Amino acid sequence: MAGTSVVRCYQCMTCSLGCPVAFAIDDLPHQIVRMVQLGMAKRALSSSTIWRCAACETCVARCPNGVDVLGVMDALREMALTEKAEIGDPAVTAFNRTFLQNVRALGRQYDLGLILLLKLKTRDLFSDLTLGIRMFLKGKLKLLPHKIEDSKGIKAIFQKATGSQP
Amino acid sequence: MRYAYYPGCSLTSTAQEYDLSARAVCRELGVALDEVADWNCCGASPGHCTSARLAHALAGRNLALAERQGMDLAVVCPACLLRLRTTRRRAKADADFRRDLEGMLEMPYEAAHDVRHLLEILSDEVGMTAIRRRVRKPLRGLRLVCYYGCFLVRPPEVMRFDDPENPQALDVLMNTLGAAAVDWPGKVDCCGGSLALSRRDVVTKLVGDLADLAEGAGAKAIVTACPLCQANLESRQKGERFPVFYFTELMGLAFGVKDVHTWFKKHLVNPLPLLASHGLL
Repeated sequence: MAGTSVVRCYQCMTCSLGCPVAFAIDDLPHQIVRMVQLGMAKRALSSSTIWRCAACETCVARCPNGVDVLGVMDALREMALTEKAEIGDPAVTAFNRTFLQNVRALGRQYDLGLILLLKLKTRDLFSDLTLGIRMFLKGKLKLLPHKIEDSKGIKAIFQKATGSQP
Repeated sequence: MRYAYYPGCSLTSTAQEYDLSARAVCRELGVALDEVADWNCCGASPGHCTSARLAHALAGRNLALAERQGMDLAVVCPACLLRLRTTRRRAKADADFRRDLEGMLEMPYEAAHDVRHLLEILSDEVGMTAIRRRVRKPLRGLRLVCYYGCFLVRPPEVMRFDDPENPQALDVLMNTLGAAAVDWPGKVDCCGGSLALSRRDVVTKLVGDLADLAEGAGAKAIVTACPLCQANLESRQKGERFPVFYFTELMGLAFGVKDVHTWFKKHLVNPLPLLASHGLL
């Protein structure tokens, strides 16, 4: 899985001790690797850990056995989506999905659109309102999206890579 | 010196001051930047968290386009850098992967040229001597901490730049500009990155920790090289304690570039009072 050898992990916990989101997750990174070693697919795929992982690569940089812990997280994330597992943190998958929908349609990100779509989805209309207005007034949030010329090329990429809507 | 240039999405919106200042200092240093025509989003975190092939294809399209320019590609967003480099490395090492990638892109790609961060180019190609020569206004007395974040130095096999636990490149650059880069433990601690919109609570905690560490080190400002780090650090700080500069903004200030005010006006934490108090405006 993920082209890395999870069997080398001997549970030294170095990854978990350096993980910046350890305070916000129930299953620590070394525990997720243990689940993979033991074939506990359902448990690993439905964990909130794989979504709250900030992909900071600290675990990868520090693992004494060269286990690609982040590669394991990525593989589990992809599997959770394709196998339609119970998602451990839907706020993150909603963000990822909306982000990629914009990229599929425009070829680039559209920050204002992303924020508004997320607010509609989560029905959280008012938090960060002042921040949003400040950013807009400073020209940090473009009113109109930019669509690249090779829109067809981008849509073809999405189609070939995923075969469906992200 | 000439590079193809990939700005990345945030440089057109939330991090315009990074793009403007990077282009300005490159002009001063005689580094030509040729923007990749019709570039697309690299996919950032949502890409590789959703589908490996999608992430590689999104990054790969930019690599294939840049290859037509026949030069190395300069990037200023470390997340974009990681995506582009990861795809390039795999394409270089794995012929089957490269063929699959070319199939998705409907473009040839030979992985002939490297992808580099501007900080790396400044450190290794331009050099501190050339940079020191351009300093007209040394940033004397400006005590700051250098925040490298995650992807400038990790994963070490891919980035091969500086020490992954205690990097020095930004510190050396800031000292070259006459500022006082203060040592601190938060250099490579994650700010929460792409959880910025989906898990604000996590980012707020991590940014709070970083701000506390910066305060403990006696710094008055933070300097960074990542648009998402800068946005997180400025927007999630409690109490607007620290302006967060891009290293290119401070270079521009030290070089005497005229446009600096337009960059600083865009900050969420106003840096002007701090700079004025040091006689730097």
